[in-house]
Amino acid sequence: MKRIEVDIRVPNQTRYLSLIGKIGEDVARTLRSYRGDREELAYHINLVLTEAMTNAIHHANEGDPEKEVHITIAIINDCLSIKVYDEGQGFDVSALDPVKGSEIPEHGRGVYIIRSLMDRVCYRRLEEGHVLEMEKNLT
Amino acid sequence: MNLRVEERGEAMLIEVGEERLDAHNSSDLKSQMLNLFEENRTNLLVDLKEVRFVDSSGLGALVSGFKNASARNGNLKLCGLQPQVKSMFELTRLHRVFEIFPGVDEALASF
Repeated sequence: MKRIEVDIRVPNQTRYLSLIGKIGEDVARTLRSYRGDREELAYHINLVLTEAMTNAIHHANEGDPEKEVHITIAIINDCLSIKVYDEGQGFDVSALDPVKGSEIPEHGRGVYIIRSLMDRVCYRRLEEGHVLEMEKNLT
Repeated sequence: MNLRVEERGEAMLIEVGEERLDAHNSSDLKSQMLNLFEENRTNLLVDLKEVRFVDSSGLGALVSGFKNASARNGNLKLCGLQPQVKSMFELTRLHRVFEIFPGVDEALASF
């Protein structure tokens, strides 16, 4: 499988969600040797990017339009790696399970969706801000 | 956000005319539904046939509408889900919460 790396920086605004999601979908469509459903993979990458960016914009960067979200998408050795960097105080990545219990919550499904679709999820503190690292095996 | 609202018998039909229902626009849908609740319109049908992509914020807006409708003895039902949108409801088990119909006519007949 070829090596692909995409590196993007956008202002901390939700209007860029569809742009980044679309880039993620287009990356998935280039994976001609992927044996699974490429359109489903494209949708999942779009979704994971959208959820991770939304958390960075609203929760970590607290909606500050002066801040920036930095995204990298890489495919190396049959592994998809997505990293979303924020410049803020961080957010809770312990996935609340919206499936359990009788209460139907309005919020809290984003991290659950990311953890459901990706194989490894890690949120780390950096010198300035945090990074949400997500990996998926493509074999 | 492109939303078309129309009175259809017992229910108000909301057609979401967007390819994406996400964190950027879902609050518009939520506000529209709240406006209808304030006008005592408590039976809502949301037609998602043009929506190709929904995220957790979009789902959250629909859950909010569902809970508000139920609290007012009304109902919020859905129709026109594209396969990948439907898979989101299944992933989050929300297909067990909402009544989901293939098209507008079947959904309207159920109110």
